[in-house]
Amino acid sequence: MGNEGKQQFKWVGTRPVRPDGVDKVTGQANYGADFTLPGMLAGRVLRSPHAHARIKSIDASRALALPGVRAVITAADFPELPSEVVAGGESPVNYRHISENVIARHKALYEGQSVAAVAAISASIAEAALALITVDYEVLPHVIDVRAAMRPDAPILHEDMITSGVEPKPTKASNIAARTEFNMGDVEQGFKDSDVVIEREYTTQPVHQGYIEPHAAIASMAADGMTTIWCSSQGQFMIREFCAKLLHLEDAQLRVIPAEIGGGFGGKTTVYLEPLAVALSRKTGKPVKLVMSRDEVFRASGPTSGAHMTVKIGAKRDGTLVAGSLELAYQAGAFPGSPAVPGCMTAFAPYDMANAKAVGYDVVSNRAKCAAYRAPGAPISSFAVESALDELAIELGMDPLALRLKNAAKEGTRALYGPKFPIIGFVETLEAAKAHPHYSAPLKANQGRGVASGFWFNIGGQSTAAIHINEDGTAEVVTGSPDIGGSRASMAMMAAEVLGIDLAKVKPLVGDTASIGYTFLTGGSRVTFATGKAVCEAANDIVEQLRARAAKLWKCGIEDVIWKDGVAYPAQGQTDARTQLSLAEIAASAARTGGPITGKAALNVGGAGAAFGTHICDVEVDPETGRTSVVRYTVVQDVGRAIHPSYVEGQMQGGAVQGIGWALNEEYVYSEQGQMQNAGFLDYRMPVASDLPMIDTVIVEVPNPTHPFGVRGVGEVPIVPPLAAVANAVARASGVRVNDLPISPPRLLSALQKAKA
Amino acid sequence: MLTFNNPTTVEEAVALLQKTDSRQRVLAGGTDLLVQLRSGRIQAQGVVDLKRIPELRTIRTENGGFRIGAAVSGAELGEHPALSTMWPGVIEGARLIGSTQIQGRASLGGNVCNASPAADGVPGLIAAGATCTIVGPGGRRVVAVDAIAVSPGKTSLAPGEFVVDFFLPAQAAKGGDAYLRFIPRTEMDIAVVGAAVNLLLDASGVCTHARVALGAVAPRALLVEAASHALVGTRVEAAALEALAAAARAACAPINDKRGTIEFRTQVAGVLAKRAAIIAYERARSRA
Amino acid sequence: MSKHHISLTVNGDPTEFLCETEQTLLDVLRDELGLTGSKEGCGSGDCGACSVRVDGRLVCACLVLGAELNGAAVETIEGVAKAGVLHPLQQVFLNEAALQCGICTPGIIVAAKALLEENADPSEEEIRFWLAGNLCRCTGYDKIVRAVQKAAAVMRSA
Repeated sequence: MGNEGKQQFKWVGTRPVRPDGVDKVTGQANYGADFTLPGMLAGRVLRSPHAHARIKSIDASRALALPGVRAVITAADFPELPSEVVAGGESPVNYRHISENVIARHKALYEGQSVAAVAAISASIAEAALALITVDYEVLPHVIDVRAAMRPDAPILHEDMITSGVEPKPTKASNIAARTEFNMGDVEQGFKDSDVVIEREYTTQPVHQGYIEPHAAIASMAADGMTTIWCSSQGQFMIREFCAKLLHLEDAQLRVIPAEIGGGFGGKTTVYLEPLAVALSRKTGKPVKLVMSRDEVFRASGPTSGAHMTVKIGAKRDGTLVAGSLELAYQAGAFPGSPAVPGCMTAFAPYDMANAKAVGYDVVSNRAKCAAYRAPGAPISSFAVESALDELAIELGMDPLALRLKNAAKEGTRALYGPKFPIIGFVETLEAAKAHPHYSAPLKANQGRGVASGFWFNIGGQSTAAIHINEDGTAEVVTGSPDIGGSRASMAMMAAEVLGIDLAKVKPLVGDTASIGYTFLTGGSRVTFATGKAVCEAANDIVEQLRARAAKLWKCGIEDVIWKDGVAYPAQGQTDARTQLSLAEIAASAARTGGPITGKAALNVGGAGAAFGTHICDVEVDPETGRTSVVRYTVVQDVGRAIHPSYVEGQMQGGAVQGIGWALNEEYVYSEQGQMQNAGFLDYRMPVASDLPMIDTVIVEVPNPTHPFGVRGVGEVPIVPPLAAVANAVARASGVRVNDLPISPPRLLSALQKAKA
Repeated sequence: MLTFNNPTTVEEAVALLQKTDSRQRVLAGGTDLLVQLRSGRIQAQGVVDLKRIPELRTIRTENGGFRIGAAVSGAELGEHPALSTMWPGVIEGARLIGSTQIQGRASLGGNVCNASPAADGVPGLIAAGATCTIVGPGGRRVVAVDAIAVSPGKTSLAPGEFVVDFFLPAQAAKGGDAYLRFIPRTEMDIAVVGAAVNLLLDASGVCTHARVALGAVAPRALLVEAASHALVGTRVEAAALEALAAAARAACAPINDKRGTIEFRTQVAGVLAKRAAIIAYERARSRA
Repeated sequence: MSKHHISLTVNGDPTEFLCETEQTLLDVLRDELGLTGSKEGCGSGDCGACSVRVDGRLVCACLVLGAELNGAAVETIEGVAKAGVLHPLQQVFLNEAALQCGICTPGIIVAAKALLEENADPSEEEIRFWLAGNLCRCTGYDKIVRAVQKAAAVMRSA
């Protein structure tokens, strides 16, 4: 369901072929690992086999003696940075931690952490050299689980880490990096005023973003320090910033050329290989290429947090929500920075609740440092709250959508995290879900239907766009936003819409850091919204210039020129003797009217539209084996306005399926020594094609007034509801509620047997 | 650096393996071998590719049954209609190994000799009473398939020996077999439990002979005699199925690992044995 | 160390390369022959991003040794479009938005082409199981499965 029926635009809302598509279906598109440079060396990374160990010494002499080895680097090749939290990447970062995560300095804090790296004339020589590097480790006790890490007697990862957000300030180091609290109303009184109170504990496991393209980078530093990096990431400017900080370089010394990106989902919003490649290139004077294996991706790149959570919700008999409280302990991995705070902010956001409280703990343990994953933090806490709401609905004898509708946040509702919502479309998603044939379809034996809703803020931020009008009237649209799932199509469509010209005449491009102004990374569902707004403004800038050029040719005032459908017309009453001028005609006369026609916009965009989704999930449970199959699934989401409905649907479907994997099978398995046991796609079980039904989508459009076409972010909301939608469906299908993800067959079968006994 | 040889006759392969040391690995489909070499899980000095030996690449009828070359791929097995009709359970097992792409390469010889207790191709072969021909410096010998794997990753093959082919005897007129496995997803997983049942009925539909084999519940695939006894003399009705499940569970000696727990494997072994027995029984009954 | 000298055809063209025993067909395609359309997502046959055909058979190029391939006929994504004209699968994948990041797309098109040559009218279930070895993390497979169905219809009516 798109908006084709009520089309108001020529391009917006249509489904053209994406401009980068042909290269991707023919194998011509170049991703991070596809580049080769003359004289290029192959790099390999040596990783810690221990979950927690002090690095006493590293001896690379035998590796360096191997013919063909050009350089070995360790943390000694990087400046030691002060521990300070600054703005950067997608959330505040501590560059000391980023640096140590890129290459361990004093301690290895997780199995798979980089300890040294080699550059050699061939991959096999580099591989052989790794075995010749001797690292003297003092193995330390380790801790994997989040609750175990919070115990006072747990092995401490960072001897200087004092919990922030606690008064009085603790005097002893712990693994709890921070405590954050949000409050609204009087929660204790709210629970007293409630007729029904549901209180439950929930756990989720860390899950990996699972992009199919492993991290890859090539760096080439010239003798004068000028450096070029080719890599796939969610932000070429982020790569530049992080590399500059970690290696004490200036931004202008670094040029980052974005490759096509083979999936990221938040996982490519930080650096792993790029600083190592630069350091190796600096040491060898040659281009160096580093590519992770899948094993390295699992062991060393960020999953999102696992969590332990307690939820309490109080309601009146009629279903009015009175109070809610939430306590979240999120695993950050080896360095602070879990999404516990957004977890606190999002879970109650869909509901109008006078009294609410959320407390979040950011907890480190000996596993890979978390990275952003699609709506970071929200799916986890939302799983807890939306599961508890389902139990509340059952307890009250209410339809679960009716319970949500009764309490749904609307324009003016105040959210626990502070603001009052502007125009939002949550109610519309609930009503669309209720009206969908799926919701009233009959179920078979052992089947159950679950629903859940979800919220994500979406963000705006800094974006630059430039549009160049070519001599023949075609247009180049340059932005700084890596295209992770079809955004170039949206950029071109919005530009064509504003310019009023044929989409085929508009060519979008993702610029490198030297060819377009600063643009914040692709994340927070911001590109079509924020960079899209910059493209619209750049296109408006072009339209103004075109009108001015026409006015010059016509020797009239700009106010006497109207721009419509890609053509300059004289304003009404000014039609005497003047003909119309097409964009191509104005472009052809550019030299006579002031030179090249280039428009730009450099914005810091506010007003991102919050978005909500509601999912319906049917599962069938095999009561003898505990195996769950998703048999029908529908995603309903307010997207503001779908620029390219097919890619909007694709985001909704893809997010839902990632959430299904999270709910049912994805998890990390560790040995007693803290080593990952399932670092591959065989045993880290992401959904395959045969696991799934078609994923139905309903696009709800409640336009965001701050965007020229009404766009809200789309990409993250759809991963928020599925965890609870699946869990609620399993509970209703099997009669047994499992509050610990994943609801894998052994876990569900064991719960079923316990219930039977 | 590894050596590489691709002999075109069995004799040439035997000579090559005899000449070099035991750290030569034979390559049939390669779907396990290449992964193990890359991960460093196994060390080798060379690879001997057996796929150019015609004898290892063909399926022949023999005495009413089938002789299957050890390097025949899963896809090729599935494309042999007569074989699939006579031994659907064996072929189901072989066809469950990996994806379409893996099926293009993976062989029964490799599946058996990789000696994983979870190998999908093995329980069906054991239940069918299949044998295999082994060749080596001492010539050829024939052994039952259940005699190959000893423990995870270890076989009873002597240095320099390899499997040439498998022999599936003629299925009885009123015989039927089936293989089921449990995996959390629908594809691409290693079996958490596997169960194969092969049974024979008399004219009145009573089971006169049965072989039940379980995978992934012990250090190697098991032939469970007590489970067979539970079926013989019955019409595979509810009580017999419960006895079968109990016998299957009693035979389990699994481990806890990343793929499943002891309790889960034991419980599900009974479930799958029952379900496989029902399918095998229906197949036997419907056979002309 | 001596490399193996292999002669074969790649997308119909007579080709030769030198490789070490350890080099897989995927390594050879990407590093020796410059054919980077086949992607390495896992190197263990679990993701299908390197799907190619060897003598007509669909395989993962990461699970085939280059040294095995004397005399073989290898087909890769680079050979699917002929003389600059897209194969119906490629065109339908574009029309139906059956790709997002696109890293899995070459492998899926090679695999789906093999399916449609064997089965001109596959059911949804047949498509899903045939493609179970081709991981896609972006799309949730919905649009991929629909695109294969539509391409099959286009090819049947051609």
